[in-house]
Amino acid sequence: MGVVLLVTIFISGRELGISGAVRDSVVATANVISPVAAKESTYYGKFLKNGHHPMDNWLDYEVLGVILGGLLSGILFKRIRKPFVERGPNVSKGRRLTAAVIGGILFGFGTRLGRGCTSGAALSGASTFAFGGVLVMVILFASAFAFAYFFRKLWI
Amino acid sequence: MGPIAINGLISANLNLVIAVFLGMGFGFVLEASGFSSARNIAGAFYGYNFVVVRVFFTAVIVTMVGLLYLSYFGWLNLSQIFILPTYLPSMITGSVIMGLGMIIGGFCPGTSFAAVAIGKIDALFFAIGLYIGIFIFAEVFPFLEKFYLSGYLGHVTLTDLTGIKAGWWAFGFTVIALVAFWVTASIEKKVRKKIKEYKF
Repeated sequence: MGVVLLVTIFISGRELGISGAVRDSVVATANVISPVAAKESTYYGKFLKNGHHPMDNWLDYEVLGVILGGLLSGILFKRIRKPFVERGPNVSKGRRLTAAVIGGILFGFGTRLGRGCTSGAALSGASTFAFGGVLVMVILFASAFAFAYFFRKLWI
Repeated sequence: MGPIAINGLISANLNLVIAVFLGMGFGFVLEASGFSSARNIAGAFYGYNFVVVRVFFTAVIVTMVGLLYLSYFGWLNLSQIFILPTYLPSMITGSVIMGLGMIIGGFCPGTSFAAVAIGKIDALFFAIGLYIGIFIFAEVFPFLEKFYLSGYLGHVTLTDLTGIKAGWWAFGFTVIALVAFWVTASIEKKVRKKIKEYKF
């Protein structure tokens, strides 16, 4: 993983991120539903200024690769299965999926405040000695650890 | 010489093609090292599986040391690489929210995508949640803008902030990681004795 990140920095000068691509897809959706409102919006507008498609971005190509790479590894190591829900021993399917959506919503919201997710901010940021990256890494993991007790029924 | 895309050694379009392959490398290692399982990720916070912690820290150290070597050989200009900016209040708040989201949902964005690729429905639901969460953020952004931009420190590195050279930071992280590997291995041993049905 370190080597992949290193090669990425060497080639492109940028780092591995994920959440920015989800942001781009949200921006693209808003732009399709209501182009005028999207351009006027303080948030979407920022990503629509340069004129090209909001998903024509380095990150979006990279994330496409992430899915393909995951698939390749799944095929190679025979971990690929018919779609299923992975869950803790004491939690129902419905609860696991509800928790997954809620967790996703919180995480998604948090990525925008945090300027990136575990990949783009914590991993890449810390690896390039960025203070913000170390900050996100430490607080993100500390927060998950601090809240772990309250959600133990989901996992153990 | 590097970063080669910024210094015009490859075209912008080729850089995008390479992006797909770099992403594939990332997705492959994520999946192959067990990040495609929410139970592996959550395990780090309950002491039964620290594999993701070990892989994560190893990656950080390898990159740190690698960057220093590339720069030392004159192959990579470190002043041209992207340094994450720091906005103290919003990034601290965002990280706390992300931590909460991770322990409830069991994934982070990258790991959920790798897990979707091998057919995990829980990961798909998490990814849909991400989309909704970012949509909500975009909608409430006008109210948050001031907070979002407050406490700006610039694109600062640890060295800018403390004056301590990057090499020492890399050394420090390596020592912390080695101690963490040893501690987590012993915790794992103790906790796993109590868990029967989970396959390691």
